[in-house]
Amino acid sequence: MTIEGGTTPSRQDTVTPPATQRSTTDLLRTGAGRNLGLVVALVLLCVVGVATAGDTFATGANVLTILRLAAVIGVVSVGMTFVITGGGIDLSVGAMVALASVWATTLATQQMAADYHWIFMVTTALVVGSACGLVNGLLVAYGKVVPFIATLAMLAAARGLAEILSDRRTQIISVNSFVDFFGGSLIGVPVLVWIFVLVAAAGWVLLNRTTFGRRTFAVGGNAEAARLAGIKVQRHTVALYVLAGLCCGIAAVMLMARTTTGSSTHGQLYELDAIAAVVIGGTLLSGGRGTIVGTVFGVLIFTTLNNVFTLNNLSISAQSVAKGAIIVIAVLLQQRLARRTTGS
Amino acid sequence: MSRRSARTLVVTGLSVLALAACTSNTPKAEEKSGSAPAGPAAVKNDEPGQKVKIGFSAPAADHGWMGAITKATQAEAKKYPDVELIVAEGTNDVNLQISQVETFINQKVDAIVLLPFDGAALTPVATKAMEAGITVVNVDREFDSPFAARTTILGDNHGMGVSAGTYVCQELKGKKDAVVAEIAGIDSLPLTQDRSKGFKEALADCGLKVSNRVAADFTVESGEKAAANLLQAAPKIDAIWNHDDDQGVGVMAAIKNSGRKEFFVVGGAGSANVMRDIKSGNSLLKATVIYPSTQGADGVRLARLLVQKKALGDLVEVEVPRTVQLYAPVVTKDNVDQYLPTAFES
Repeated sequence: MTIEGGTTPSRQDTVTPPATQRSTTDLLRTGAGRNLGLVVALVLLCVVGVATAGDTFATGANVLTILRLAAVIGVVSVGMTFVITGGGIDLSVGAMVALASVWATTLATQQMAADYHWIFMVTTALVVGSACGLVNGLLVAYGKVVPFIATLAMLAAARGLAEILSDRRTQIISVNSFVDFFGGSLIGVPVLVWIFVLVAAAGWVLLNRTTFGRRTFAVGGNAEAARLAGIKVQRHTVALYVLAGLCCGIAAVMLMARTTTGSSTHGQLYELDAIAAVVIGGTLLSGGRGTIVGTVFGVLIFTTLNNVFTLNNLSISAQSVAKGAIIVIAVLLQQRLARRTTGS
Repeated sequence: MSRRSARTLVVTGLSVLALAACTSNTPKAEEKSGSAPAGPAAVKNDEPGQKVKIGFSAPAADHGWMGAITKATQAEAKKYPDVELIVAEGTNDVNLQISQVETFINQKVDAIVLLPFDGAALTPVATKAMEAGITVVNVDREFDSPFAARTTILGDNHGMGVSAGTYVCQELKGKKDAVVAEIAGIDSLPLTQDRSKGFKEALADCGLKVSNRVAADFTVESGEKAAANLLQAAPKIDAIWNHDDDQGVGVMAAIKNSGRKEFFVVGGAGSANVMRDIKSGNSLLKATVIYPSTQGADGVRLARLLVQKKALGDLVEVEVPRTVQLYAPVVTKDNVDQYLPTAFES
């Protein structure tokens, strides 16, 4: 017996845009309705956190720590959600973050930022990220290279280029206005968290409320059918990878603010963290179904897990085991749910 | 399977995980760690004082030296009943390491012992901890601001290079056209640059230079790859200095595969298996330069002294020093027995 209870659009986390009554069916169709398991998992983690380290876990400072950590990988994961929903994959996100952070902190860029405005550094990061994404997209869409391979090449090339540019040294940001702005808070919430909220909200609107989003589902579900339906599949694919690159540029800016540095070692293994978050969020790796809300929950689950383990001083390796178990359990659950929804 | 039973599965799964995690926190019986016994003058410092809560964060233990750092730190903390050590997951992601330090600040620990993956990147958050009244002890990789830590414990990277270069000069006495090769660690780290600089300077003193230089990244696999390339590039070599004994396992494997024997190898860091090779006398490894893996453990000790407002033993000065730099001696067959007990297993 299935009752669609518990999907009332009253989610407490700030990240989710409030769903209106009209959109509930849409939510269900795009997979967000399957977030119940994720909500349960996150609430459970929070319960464990409160039970084991209540005095620290449930404080505002700790919640902000979790959100600040989630923000960087969260923005990367939002971009990844689009690529995976569109039937591709992007292994180069970590390397793109590194390259964007290095390029935006070179002496020349910092000099411009110091002379005029820090917007130069931000623009540089966004342009570099998008440009890498454009190369990925062109290779995949017009070069007919398999996404896995094309982005694997970018992973190697972008990190190598970052090492060349920075001479493998950590570049320290001396533009105080940049660090002050992005390291600061607005209405008591860190700017980084605001950026994450904005990116997630914009991503949700783009995926669920626009033609672009509907085309993404179509291209990911069946590229040939999408082409016959008049969608410019190749152009759309390029746009998806550019979007992922742009998100990496944004994440690079956030990481730069957090570390006050640009470095070729930034963003290590982000591709795996992002893919894990996207997949446990309910986006299908084969494409055609994706959910931004799920991805946000996925990121929050991993970061909260990490926080709870750190607070309780638990074994370092046990955390990895828990992470693996969570991924498997989440995916198994989704498969069951998916089978039932297609059956009904 | 109905939604209800699916939900039950998640709940039970997570609870089991949580339970397993809770039970794995019981402290194990104290192990005898291989650190030196207390000196003859029994220092009052070891007597239990006020409770000290210390947070510890370090990069991922992806090579033996880094694993040894964490192990020794935990063993040292267990010796003191008044120390509670909170160990965060080792990570090479600066974003995560920053949030670990933020978590320590939220937990209101008394001190933080921090081996940053990247000193510059962790400087802002360490400064924040200091501003919150937490004693920060910086280990091994330096912050770039004096306000980020109360005390810094460093190995002597430049000194390592000098020691290695001086030893190579001694062994190659008078050979003016000797081919000296260098297998560096991670080139992007300032510590690698310091080691290479010291090595170059010491060689220049006896008129030698580094003819071939390759870089690995402290792992066995990367050592094997770099050494294989080096042996291809240089048909004749007189001496090799390898920065790191962990990658050295791979370096020696590559040398063994090539069958070449015309040179001797000097290691770095000082792992136990390298010292056993040196002791055996039938290996190309003739020496290694120590880079102590006890820095984290010393960090815990100093953090405890600082919080309890005690002085350092055996110094007249009443305050704990700002910087403690550990010495980088050369280990050869003659003195290996002195260093073997404190060496780390890679």
